[in-house]
Amino acid sequence: MALSKRHPAALFAVLAVALGTTGAAYAAVSSQTAPKVVAQTETQVEQGKQLFLEGCSSCHGLAAQGASDGPSLLGVGAAAVDFQVGTGRMPLAAPGIQAMPKMPTYNEEETAALAAYIATLGAGPSIPTAEMLDTTNAEVALGGELFRTNCAQCHGAAGVGGALSEGRKAPSLMDSSAKHIYEAMVSGPQSMPVFADSTLSVEDKQNIIAYVTELQKNESPGGFSLGRQGPVTEGLFIFIAGLGVLIIAAVWIGAKAK
Amino acid sequence: MSTTEESIQAPAHAAPTSKAGAVGYYIDDRLASASFTKRLVDKVFPDHWSFMLGEVALYSFIILLLTGTYLTLFFNPSMTEVIYNGSYVPLKGVKMSEAFSSTLAISFDVRGGLLMRQIHHWAALFFTAAVSVHLLRVFFTGAFRKPREINWVIGTLLLVLALLEGFSGYSLPDDLLSGTGLRIAEGIIQAIPLVGTYVAMFLFGGEFPGTDIMPRLYSIHILLIPGILLALITVHLIMVFYQKHTQFPGPGRTESNVVGFRLFPIYMAKAGGFFFVVFGITVLIAALVTINPVWLYGPYTPSQVTAGSQPDWYIGWLDGAVRLMPNLESHIFGYTLSWNILVPALVIPGIMFTALGLYPWIEAWATGDKREHHLLDRPRNAPTRTGLGVMSLTFYMILVISGGNDIIASAFNLSINQITWGFRFLLFILPPLAFVLTKRICLGLQRRDNDKLLHGYETGRILRLPSGEFLEIHEPIGEAEKAKLLAKADVTPLELPSKVDANGVRNPKAAKSVARAKLSQWFYSDVIPTPTDEEMRAAAEHAAHELHEAESHLKEISQH
Amino acid sequence: MSELDHPTGDPYGAKDGKDLISGITVFPMEPHVPRKADIDPKAAIRAERQVATMFGLSSLMIILFVVAYIKVPADLLISIPIIGTINANHLAIGFTFGMAILLIGLGAIHWAKKLMPDEEVIQERHALTSTNEARAEVQSSLQRGAAESGFRDRKIIRRSLLGALALFPVPLIVLLRDLGPLPGTRLRETIWDKGIHLVTDATYKKIKASDIPLGGLINAVPENLLEIEHEEETLNQRGKASIIIVRMDPAEIVSQQGQEWDYQGILAFSKICTHLGCPTSLYQQRTHHLLCPCHQSTFDLSDSGNVVFGPAARRMPQLAITVDAEGYLVAQSGFNEPVGPSFWERG
Repeated sequence: MALSKRHPAALFAVLAVALGTTGAAYAAVSSQTAPKVVAQTETQVEQGKQLFLEGCSSCHGLAAQGASDGPSLLGVGAAAVDFQVGTGRMPLAAPGIQAMPKMPTYNEEETAALAAYIATLGAGPSIPTAEMLDTTNAEVALGGELFRTNCAQCHGAAGVGGALSEGRKAPSLMDSSAKHIYEAMVSGPQSMPVFADSTLSVEDKQNIIAYVTELQKNESPGGFSLGRQGPVTEGLFIFIAGLGVLIIAAVWIGAKAK
Repeated sequence: MSTTEESIQAPAHAAPTSKAGAVGYYIDDRLASASFTKRLVDKVFPDHWSFMLGEVALYSFIILLLTGTYLTLFFNPSMTEVIYNGSYVPLKGVKMSEAFSSTLAISFDVRGGLLMRQIHHWAALFFTAAVSVHLLRVFFTGAFRKPREINWVIGTLLLVLALLEGFSGYSLPDDLLSGTGLRIAEGIIQAIPLVGTYVAMFLFGGEFPGTDIMPRLYSIHILLIPGILLALITVHLIMVFYQKHTQFPGPGRTESNVVGFRLFPIYMAKAGGFFFVVFGITVLIAALVTINPVWLYGPYTPSQVTAGSQPDWYIGWLDGAVRLMPNLESHIFGYTLSWNILVPALVIPGIMFTALGLYPWIEAWATGDKREHHLLDRPRNAPTRTGLGVMSLTFYMILVISGGNDIIASAFNLSINQITWGFRFLLFILPPLAFVLTKRICLGLQRRDNDKLLHGYETGRILRLPSGEFLEIHEPIGEAEKAKLLAKADVTPLELPSKVDANGVRNPKAAKSVARAKLSQWFYSDVIPTPTDEEMRAAAEHAAHELHEAESHLKEISQH
Repeated sequence: MSELDHPTGDPYGAKDGKDLISGITVFPMEPHVPRKADIDPKAAIRAERQVATMFGLSSLMIILFVVAYIKVPADLLISIPIIGTINANHLAIGFTFGMAILLIGLGAIHWAKKLMPDEEVIQERHALTSTNEARAEVQSSLQRGAAESGFRDRKIIRRSLLGALALFPVPLIVLLRDLGPLPGTRLRETIWDKGIHLVTDATYKKIKASDIPLGGLINAVPENLLEIEHEEETLNQRGKASIIIVRMDPAEIVSQQGQEWDYQGILAFSKICTHLGCPTSLYQQRTHHLLCPCHQSTFDLSDSGNVVFGPAARRMPQLAITVDAEGYLVAQSGFNEPVGPSFWERG
C-alpha cells in the first residue's frame, strides 16, 4: 500500500488522532460489551430464549428456523442479534422494505441474553471484543482507502448514507458506534453484504472504524456543511439563498428612495 | 488656407480648467475621444431589478477571473502520482495525483486558500445560475426580438461555454467526484458513432484516465474557454450599449426612447456598487458555507465510487436525462448504436440548444412580426410565448430533478425505481400541461388588467344601497398603472392565403404559407384587446353615475 | 442627440398619445416627487453620514482582515452554532474581507439612491438601420473592390485560392494526430488471463474461496496489476480490470454467462458499469441486485448479471473463476467480451 514513504511526523499525527478519536469510542464500547464478559451463563441463555419466544418467534419461528415473515436466525451469530436489536431495527415497528433504526426495545442485558441464546443455535460471528474495537494503532488514512473501496459506494464517501434499489437505503454512519459498525460488517444486515474477518481482517476493520470516527467528528473547515449531500444541496443553496439575496439587493437598488 | 491643412492642424483649444480635465485633454489630443466619452457618460439606462441579473453574471465572471488567477498560483494540474504529506491527517500517506494534492494544499496549507477555492466555486454556481435566470428574463419579456436576435445567439453561446467551463473546472481537482464525472464524459464520447473511440483516445491521450487529461483540461479551463467567454461577453455588452437597453412600458416610455438614469453618476454608483455587493455576498457565502469538500471524497481512482455521485447543478439536467433514458441499444452490421447514451447526452441537448438559439427567428417567422421592439412585453401579454417558455422550463426542471433522484430517494425514503418511472412519464405529461395552464393564467391576468382599466381597482369600501344591494367602491387606477396596462402592441396574425392565384391556377407555395399562417394564428390565438378609449370613457361615466346615485341615496337617508 | 429633461406633451416617438411604431397609448412622464434628502438638509446630512459610516466600516474591516490573517492560527478549528466546526482563520478572514467589500457596495448604492439626482431623464434611440444612400454607397464600394481585385473575372486565381484556403486547416488537424494512440484493441482487452489470482483491492491479498462467507462481497483486482511498472498503465488497467466477488447460495443462481463459471456459489463480475463506466459495487445481498450509483442501472448477479433496471443496455460481464491447488481464487480465463461502456466498433 501507499503508506510506505510517510513523513516521520505522520506517525505521531496518526497516533494523536487515533488516541483522541478512540478515547470516546472505547469508553462507549467498553461499557456495552461488559455483559459479554459475564459470559453466556445458562441463565442468560434461558432468559434469552424466553425473550425470543415472547418477542421474536412470531416472525422468526419458534425454533428461529425462519418463517414467511422473518428469515432463519440459525447461524447468524450474536453479532447480528446485537446489531439488529441494539440499534432498534428489531423487533420491526412495521413491516416495510427495510428495518429502520429506532430506540432499542430491549435493554442491554436483554439484548445480551437474546444474542447469547441465538449464538447457541449455530456458529456465527460473535460480538466483537473491546480489543477488536481498539483503534489505538489504527491507520486512519488506510482506513479511508478501505472505506472508499468497500463502503463509500453505498454509504457515500462522507458516510451520510445513500439510496439503494426499490426504496432500500444505506443508512448514515454519522451516529453509528464502533461496535455496531463492526457487527454490521461481519453480519451483513438487510441488503448489506458480509465483510467477514477472513476477507477483511480485524486490522482492516479497525482502520475503517478509525476513519468513520474521523468522519463522525463532522469537522468542516470551510463552514456549514449543507448535510454533506454534495452538489445537489449546493445547487439548491445558490438558487434559494445566493440568488435570492442578490435579487433582494437588486430590487432594493431599483426601488425609489423616499 | 486650404481644407487639407485645416484637417491636419489641430483646432485651437481652450486650456483645461482642472487637473482631471488636463488628463482628458491629453487623451483627446491622441484619440479624439471627447464625443465618445460624452455619449458614454450621458448614456441613459432604464431601471428595473430584473435588468441586474445579467450584471450578476458579469460580476461573477470577473470574480471567477480574479480568484481563478489566484488559484493558478498554487494549483498543479499534473497527474503524476505522489504520496500526500500535507496537513490533512486522514489522507496522510495516500497515493494521489499532484492535482489533488495541490488542491488539498490550497485548502489546508495556504492561508486563505480554502476561502479562495470556495469563492471560486460558489462564484461558478452564481455565474451559471445568473446566466440562466437572465436568459429567462430576456425570453419572457421578448427582449430577444428584432433588433437583438444576434445578441440572443451570443447569449446562447455564452451559456454553452459557461457549462463547458464549469464542467472542466469541476474536473480539475481530480477528486472522486470529478473523476467519476470525467469517466461518464469519456463514456459519452465513446458512444459517438464512427469517431467516438478515436476522439476519446485523442482527448485522453489513450485510455481512461491516462495522465494527459488534467493538463489538457487545465489549458482549456484557464485559457481557451475563458478567452472566448471574455471576447463574447465584450461583444455582448457592446451590443447592449450600442442598441441601447430595452425598457418596460410606463409613462413617457416609447419604442423610440429610453427613460432612466445616466451612466454617470447614477449607474456608476449603482452598478459599481452592485459589483461590490455581488462580490461581498459571494465572499461571505464562501466564508460560511462549505462547497465541494474534496478531502471527504478522496483522490480519484477508477475503481472507487461514492453514493450520491452528482455533477454541479448546471450539468444536472444532462445527468438527469441520462438517468431517465430507457436502455435502448442497436447492433447493426457489427456496429453498436447506444441510443441510451446518444439520445440524452447528445440529441436532446443538441435539439434544446438549437431551438434556443433559433427561437427569435422561429417566433418572427411564425408571427410575421418584422418590427423593431424596444418596449418589453409583459409576459402575460404574450401568452403563447410565455406558455412555450414555461413548457420548456418544466421539461428542463424535470431533468434537473431527475439528476438528483438518488438524493431525493434517500432524503424522503422513496423508491428510486418508482421515482425514475414517475419522472419518465412526467417528462411527457407535465410540459404540455404547463403550456395550457400558463396560457390560461396569462389570459386571465389580461382580463383582470382590462377590468382594472374599465372599472378601476377595488377599494374594499362597501356601500349598502337602500334596495339592499351591496356596492363596492372602485377607484380609477393611476396614470402610471394605466400606461403599463395599456401597453400591448397591436398584433395581426398572418392571413390564410388562397390556394389558387388570381387566374385560378393552384399556387404551389400555398401549402407552406398556409402552414405559416396557421402557426401565426395559433400564436396569436385568444388575443384579448385592451379596451378602447370610448369603452373606458363609457365605463368611467357608468361608474361615476352609479357612485353618484349611491351617494345621493345615502344623503337622503342621512337627511331623514 | 436631444434630451428632454422635463417633457411636455408627447414624448419622443409618440404622436397624439400613440406610439409611432407599436401604436400603444403613450402617457406623459409623471411629475417628479422629491425625496426627504432633496428638501430637508438634515435628512441629506443624515444620509451623508450613513454612507460615510459604511465606507469607514469597510476600512475597519480591512484592518481586521490583516490582523486576522496574521494572528488567527491557520489550523484552529472552532465550533459555532448552526455552522458547526469551522476553521477559525478561514472564517475570520472570509468574514472581514466579505464585509469590507459588501460595505463599499452598500455605501455606493445608498449614496446613489439618497443623494444623487433621482429624476428620470429621457434619451432618444438612434436608428439601427442606415440610410438608403449609405447602403448604396457601401454596396458600390464593395463592388468596386471586387472588380478591382479581379476576383470575379480571373477564375483560375479564384478557384486556386479557394482550393488553397480549403486545404489550409489540414495541417492544424493533422498536427492533432499525436494527441493519443489509435483505439486498436485496447478497449477489448484487460490484463485478466488464465490462472491470474484474484486479490483484494487496496490490500492486495490472495483470496481463499473458503474464507468468503455467504452474502459476502469483495472488491478485487487481478494480481498482475501490481506488476505493471508505469503508473499511468496501472490506472488504465485498474479502470477496466476491477471486479467484484460475491457469494450466494448455489441454489439461488438462476443462470450464469458460462457453464461453471462460479466456484461453489462464488461469482466474479466486472465492476465497471456497461452504461458509462462508473465502478458499480452497490451489491444488495438479499436480492443479488447490483446498483450503479451514477445512473441507477441495476444488474441481477444471480441471473447472468442481466439488466433489470436503468439505462444500461448490456449485462455485466462475468469473469470465469476457479481455485488453485491451495484453494485461492484464480481466473479461468480473461473476460470473453469487452468490459465497460459501449462503443461504436464494439459490435
